[in-house]
Amino acid sequence: MSNLKEIIAAKVFFLSTIASAVMILAIFGFMIVLAIPIFRAGNFTAIWTGPWAPHEGLYGIWPMISGTLWIALLATALCLPLSLGTSFVITSLGGLHLRKVLGTLVRFMTGIPTVIYGFVGVFLLVPLVREGIGGAGMCVLTTGMMLAVLISPTMILFFTDSLLAVDSSYVQAAKALGANRIQRLLYVRVPGAKGGMVAGIILALGRALGDTLIALMLAGNAIQVPHAVLEPARTLTAHIALVKAADFDSLEFRSIFACGIVLYLFAATSTVAVRRMLRKKEVSF
Amino acid sequence: MRKALIQILVIFSVFSLLIAPCFGDALKAFEGHRGTIRIAGGTAHIPVMKEAAKRIMTRYKDIAITVAGGGSGLGIKQVGEGLVDIGNSGRKPKPAEIEKYNLKMFKWAIDGVGAVVNPANSVQSLTKAQLKDVFSGKTGDWSALGGVKHAITVYTRDESSGTRDVFWKKALDKGAVSSKALFVSSNGAMKTAVANDPYAIGYVSVGHMDETVVPVALDGVSPTLDTVKSGEYKIARGLYSNTKGDPTGLVRLFIDYLFSEEGQKIAAEKGFIPVK
Repeated sequence: MSNLKEIIAAKVFFLSTIASAVMILAIFGFMIVLAIPIFRAGNFTAIWTGPWAPHEGLYGIWPMISGTLWIALLATALCLPLSLGTSFVITSLGGLHLRKVLGTLVRFMTGIPTVIYGFVGVFLLVPLVREGIGGAGMCVLTTGMMLAVLISPTMILFFTDSLLAVDSSYVQAAKALGANRIQRLLYVRVPGAKGGMVAGIILALGRALGDTLIALMLAGNAIQVPHAVLEPARTLTAHIALVKAADFDSLEFRSIFACGIVLYLFAATSTVAVRRMLRKKEVSF
Repeated sequence: MRKALIQILVIFSVFSLLIAPCFGDALKAFEGHRGTIRIAGGTAHIPVMKEAAKRIMTRYKDIAITVAGGGSGLGIKQVGEGLVDIGNSGRKPKPAEIEKYNLKMFKWAIDGVGAVVNPANSVQSLTKAQLKDVFSGKTGDWSALGGVKHAITVYTRDESSGTRDVFWKKALDKGAVSSKALFVSSNGAMKTAVANDPYAIGYVSVGHMDETVVPVALDGVSPTLDTVKSGEYKIARGLYSNTKGDPTGLVRLFIDYLFSEEGQKIAAEKGFIPVK
C-alpha cells in the first residue's frame, strides 16, 4: 500500500517537473514563433545589429541590447565594491551590534519596491547628476547608480552567505597560527567563498539585466546606441514596456519578441554560469 | 504599478469628497445600478475620467470604476480585446482598428497639444520652423534661440501615444524626431520631466498644463483653452472614448454622463473644450 503511494507521489512530482521544464522551453518556442513576422520582413541580422527607426521600416534592437549591457554592467561594477565592503563588515570586520543592524537593513532592502527607487531617482538623483556632472540627467550613469542600490542586497546576501559557509575549523586554524581578522578574511574566507561570490555577482547582473521600471524611469529611453555614461539609453525591458501598446500585428509590436529572446538568452546564460560555479564549489569541499 | 497608484488615488479622492458631496441630476441615471466599469488608455483623458468616476462612486457605493493609463494605442487594443470596458484614445482609431474590433467611438471633448518648457526657461515663443529644428536635433542649444547656453533636452512620447500622434503630424509636419530624444510614457510623466528639468522641451495636452510648466507660443499663438476653442491654435485633436460594439448598461450610462451637461462641465474644468 505505502509502496503504491510512493510510486504515485514519485510520478506526480516527476510530472510536475516535466511540466515546468516543458513550459519554460515552450515560452522560448512561443517567442520565436511570434517573432517570425519580423524575421521574415527584413534582414535577419539587421534585427539584432541594426538601428531602430520604425518610420523607415527599420526594426533593429541593437540600441536596446547595447543599452541593456551598458546599464547592467555599470550597475554591477558600481555594486561590487559596495557589496564587498558591506559583506566584509557583516561577516568579520564589524562589531556584533553593527553586524546585526547591517544584516537586518540589507534584508529589509530586498523588500523595497523598485518604483520607490525609481521615484527617488527621478526627483533626487537625476537633478543631482544633471547639475553636478552634466548631460540631461536621465542617462546610463544615473540608472546604473540606482540599479546598483537595487541589486546590492542580492550580491551582499550571496557574499555574506558564502563567506560564512567557509568551514570554521579553517578559520580557527588560521587564528591559531596568529592570523589577524583581516588576514583570516582575505586569505581563508575569501578564497573559500570564491565560487559562491562569483555566483552572487552573476545573479546580481541577471537582476540588473531584467529590471524594467528603474531603466524606464531614469535612463531616458532614447533610441540610440550610448557612447558614454552621460548619454541616455533604452533597455530591452523598457523597450518592451514602451512599444507594448503598439498594434498587435505591427512589426513594432513583434520586436517585443526579439527582445524577449535576447533577455531569455541572457537569463539562461547567467543561470547556467551560476550552476557551474556552485557545482565547482561543491566539488572543492 | 501605475494602475494601482491611480486606483489608490481614486479611492483617496472618494474619501475626501465624502465630506463635501455635490449632487447633480445627471447622476440620477446611475441609481439602482451596481457593477464595475474598467477604463484604460489615453493619459490625457485621466483627469476627466477620475473626476467623473469620483462623482459617480461617491453617490453610488455599489458602482466601482477603475481608471488606468497606458496610452491611446493600449486603450484601443485593450477595449478591442475585451480587457477593459472603455478604451480611451487621444486620436481617432484607425479604420483598420475600427473594423477589426467593431469599435464605437464617442468624441466628448477637443484638446490642444502644445510644446512646454520649464518655467525657468526664458525661451517661451518659437516659430514652427524653430520648433521643428529643436525636435529634429538641428538646433541643439538654447543659446541659439536666445536662452541660456545649455544643451536642449528633447522629451517625446512613444509611437502609440495619441498626444505624440497629433503633435508629430500637426506641429512637426511628420518631421524627424532626434534619436537623442528622451522618451516618457504619459502626459503626467512628461509634465514631471519638464517641470524638473530646466533645459527641457516636451509637449503635453492643454488640459494637463499648469503652473509647473510653461506653454510655448507657436508662431505667436499660445496654446490655451481659448485659442484652441477659436481655432487660432491649430494643433488639436478629439478625445475619444471607445467601446467594443454599442455600449450597454453601466458603460452606456457612463458615456451618457460624459455627454451630459455635468460631464461636459467636468471636461471644461479640466482644460478641455466640450463638444456640446
